[in-house]
Amino acid sequence: MSTTLLRTIQPNHFTLLGTALFRRNRTTTTSRHISVRCLGSQTASSQPRTAPKNHGSNKLDEILRDYEAVIGIETHVQLSTSTKAFCTCPNTYGSKPNTSICPVCMGLPGALPVLSSKVVDFGVRLGLALNCGLSLKSKFDRKQYFYPDLPKGYQISQFDVPIASGGYVDVDIPLEFGGGHRRFGITRVHMEEDAGKLLHSDTGDYSQVDLNRAGVPLLEIVSEPDMRSGIEAAEYGSEMQRIVRYLGVSNGNMQEGSLRCDVNISIRPIGQAQFGTKVEIKNLNAFSAMSRAIDYEITRQALLYNQGQADQIVTETRLWDEGAQKTVTMRKKEGLADYRYFPEPDLPEVILTQEYVDSIRASLPELPEAKRRRYEAMGLGIQDVLFLANDVSVAEYFDQVIGKGADVKSAANWLMSDIAAYLKNEELSISDVKLTPQELAELIAAIKDETISGKIGKQILFELLAKGGTVQGMIKEKDLVQITDPVEIEKMIMKVISESPKQLEQYRSGRTKLQGFFAGQVMKMSKGKANPALLNKILLEKLDAKE
Amino acid sequence: MLSTLQPPRSLTLLPFRRLHGSKTIASLASASSSPTLDAAASVSPPPQSQILATRRSLLSGETTASEIAKSHLSRIRLTEPHLKCFLHVSETVLKEAQEIDRRISKGEEVGPLAGVMIGVKDNICTEGMPSTAASRILEHYRPPFDATAVKRIKEMGGIVVGKTNMDEFGMGSTTEASAFQVTANPWDLTRVPGGSSGGSAAAVAARQCMVSLGSDTGGSVRQPASFCGVVGLKPTYGRVSRFGLMAYASSLDVIGCFGSTVADAGMLLHAVSGYDRFDSTSSKQDVPEFESQFLSMDSFESKPLKGVKVGLIRETLEEGVDSGVRSATQEAASHLEALGCVVTEVSLPSFSLGLPAYYVIASSESSSNLSRYDGVRYGNQVMADELNKLYECSRGQGFGGEVKMRILMGTYALSAGYYDAYYKRAQQVRTLIRKDFKAALDQNDILISPAAPSAAYKIGEKKDDPLAMYAGDIMTVNVNLAGLPAIVLPCGLVEGGPSGLPVGLQMVGAAFDEEKLLKVGHIFEQTLKGSGFVPPALPNVA
Ligand SMILES: [Zn+2]
Repeated sequence: MSTTLLRTIQPNHFTLLGTALFRRNRTTTTSRHISVRCLGSQTASSQPRTAPKNHGSNKLDEILRDYEAVIGIETHVQLSTSTKAFCTCPNTYGSKPNTSICPVCMGLPGALPVLSSKVVDFGVRLGLALNCGLSLKSKFDRKQYFYPDLPKGYQISQFDVPIASGGYVDVDIPLEFGGGHRRFGITRVHMEEDAGKLLHSDTGDYSQVDLNRAGVPLLEIVSEPDMRSGIEAAEYGSEMQRIVRYLGVSNGNMQEGSLRCDVNISIRPIGQAQFGTKVEIKNLNAFSAMSRAIDYEITRQALLYNQGQADQIVTETRLWDEGAQKTVTMRKKEGLADYRYFPEPDLPEVILTQEYVDSIRASLPELPEAKRRRYEAMGLGIQDVLFLANDVSVAEYFDQVIGKGADVKSAANWLMSDIAAYLKNEELSISDVKLTPQELAELIAAIKDETISGKIGKQILFELLAKGGTVQGMIKEKDLVQITDPVEIEKMIMKVISESPKQLEQYRSGRTKLQGFFAGQVMKMSKGKANPALLNKILLEKLDAKE
Repeated sequence: MLSTLQPPRSLTLLPFRRLHGSKTIASLASASSSPTLDAAASVSPPPQSQILATRRSLLSGETTASEIAKSHLSRIRLTEPHLKCFLHVSETVLKEAQEIDRRISKGEEVGPLAGVMIGVKDNICTEGMPSTAASRILEHYRPPFDATAVKRIKEMGGIVVGKTNMDEFGMGSTTEASAFQVTANPWDLTRVPGGSSGGSAAAVAARQCMVSLGSDTGGSVRQPASFCGVVGLKPTYGRVSRFGLMAYASSLDVIGCFGSTVADAGMLLHAVSGYDRFDSTSSKQDVPEFESQFLSMDSFESKPLKGVKVGLIRETLEEGVDSGVRSATQEAASHLEALGCVVTEVSLPSFSLGLPAYYVIASSESSSNLSRYDGVRYGNQVMADELNKLYECSRGQGFGGEVKMRILMGTYALSAGYYDAYYKRAQQVRTLIRKDFKAALDQNDILISPAAPSAAYKIGEKKDDPLAMYAGDIMTVNVNLAGLPAIVLPCGLVEGGPSGLPVGLQMVGAAFDEEKLLKVGHIFEQTLKGSGFVPPALPNVA
């Protein structure tokens, strides 16, 4: 909304009818969970599997063998558009409460929504990336319910004609979880708006509403019930995160709630076609938690089945309690909620031309699955492939390094070991480092053609990462060129041997391990520049020489 | 003073005179006497545009905006105790008028609506001025922005005189459903002005303002125009931005215009029309310059509407329509024929389906649109210790009976299991109605019908009989379902009140062809012999 419209709204004075919105009865908890506590957004593949607790016996494994879990996931992705979906308020995270609001997203009387075309762009991008069919004519609907964080009393969403439907996503299960390739169906992708947030007072006496998030665009992705285990579900979730990050439609950040997964899970005896009673799990703040929550829930339900208490599995929403490592009942569902959907009369239909869809398709980047298959074809192992393709900026970096002609395996190694360790220690991301892909390629080449030793390479790597500069410049400046002249190396060896008569004697009397000591001394004398292979070859000759 | 401001003067100098002294119909141009274009033969001169008169007199220096403002304010002071048209009168009228005078005296340009006194229905947002939709739930609410229509009026120099009374959120046909006051019909203070834009219609009829904005969801501009003897113009859906209009039924709502002449209603429409990026249902269709249609009588040819094809909607003259209304409509048809139109009867087979379909769709949309009035962010909040209680009490005490009834009906119609039988069915009817109108308008330039089945009825008469009140909307709702433009203008008088009650003729045009309606309407109005349709003088008002 233009600033003139806002002239008389004083954001900081906008305290929503004084401070106390409503006094909450202490005995009843709120019916919806608002604040999302977050742990991390590591991908599942980097997390160790946690077996369901308290049931470690073989007997449990036996019970579990008789049942099959059916898991579907609803993912809400907050889009990284510059404005909200239906007004021009900035779409920012973490601003002071009620500072990014206007008559439209506050639901003031007479205000009307106007769809930002970016939301459609992003919806089409994600739909195509998930191999969906697009609705060239879709529409918005109103999903109606009352809640203080929902300013209009309805959420603008898409009901019976979503923008995209009928797709799939391919994932690789990491080796430590058995490996393999899976394809999971995507039922639909639809556009909608987010609600605001309730801020509950410490005492629980009152709540306040922050509408900064109200009207922020979301894409909701509904999967087919194709997942069978916690790890599959977690992999599905991390693939969604990778895809939205690759596409640049969202930061996919679970901590900020930019990516939220709700899991629907039921189990059934193997061989039974009919689905069991479905339970919903919310409050999953990391993919590792998702995996553990699902495995816990499978176990809980299987044990109930096994004990003849299947009737105790009821349609309900359960929360994952990270502290207790278990799911707990949040609310039982009494009948089906009736949202009284009907077509949103304030917005025209969303019409896509084939030309527009084609142009979006042409602008799609290489997606994680394609990248993984390409890396695999280059000869990288699946561990390397999963690591490199996991983070779009790492993958892009890697692609640039090998684009400069660097050896593929060396580039992968550098990224996965030393650079990864450095990033972790310094809490940086690949885009923060000063080392350009060009220079990493130079470094790899310098080691390969033996201009410098691997050891020297490592030393200057950290300097390049922190300060930048060129490999050639650093080699020159620090005189780092590897010593490959046998005569020069022999001179240093002879000097070390002559200065260490005691060790020489011990070596020759059988303590051959001392070769390392001599090699170290020589390397030290050469300031690390001696070619290690040559050094060891000559050193052995000298040590073993009969005198 | 104010020699150019004809209305107040005509009100005081030309009190209503009954033309046909007898009890019979009161069409001013009877079928037997074909209309003559000789102005001298008529009892009073044809009504003159107040907007044009204001513009002329301001620019010639004959009068000032301040004088115009003062005269209207004093008229409001005198008449409001009887009429109660306004929920709020602006405190800045005089200041705005003085600013216009200052600009004129300095030779600066002023807008085409400079000095025009405009009433604005209370469901249209005016920045910093109360805008309550006549609902308790929005009592004292002042929006932080102007509706696009209001913004455009102001940009053109128009002066918002105040906020006019209405049925709460536009739900009603009498203005009795206002949470604050009941507006009287200037033609008979014991009668309703119609609704829901009753305040806007009555204020123009009583010359409290020159023109006014209303809103029309199922006839809320046209029916009160008919009851109050003024011109009411409902534009094509999408012609005027709805931004800032508090939604009742979004797919039907349009902002409409009242004037004492077709020209005034047309010029006001021109000011507020056009695409608005804040309303994605507003149209990018060009807005023609209507003003050229408003020629003076001297330039009319003998058959100024020669060849214009007019369809008289058969279903609107059937049972349930007062005989006086029927004959006034037929006489209007004869008048159009005399002007050169070719009038034939047309049938809209889906006509009778419109009313139930309208009430299903309008109630459904309203049940959703009114969800935002929850007491959380603005408006009246009732403190409670529990969330549902907060909603219950805030809405329970904030909404009036009619509003609650429609929310309940709409919620029911949209509920799982009933959606197909009600809402979906109603949408199918809507498609049928659109098709029927299209077919009739392919054959005709305009369609005509009465604006309402009767003239204004007594206050309280239908208060406890909502179905009877709803039935009164039969003439108008179909036009909203089809999204078409329509104009209502007075065509005659029937018995009732101290000096007769006006009857309106409705003309319906093709989508975005307001121009034709204005042309035909203007010529009809200017050639109709006899009355300027000025209501009788009020007691104690000179
Ligand atoms: Zn906003």
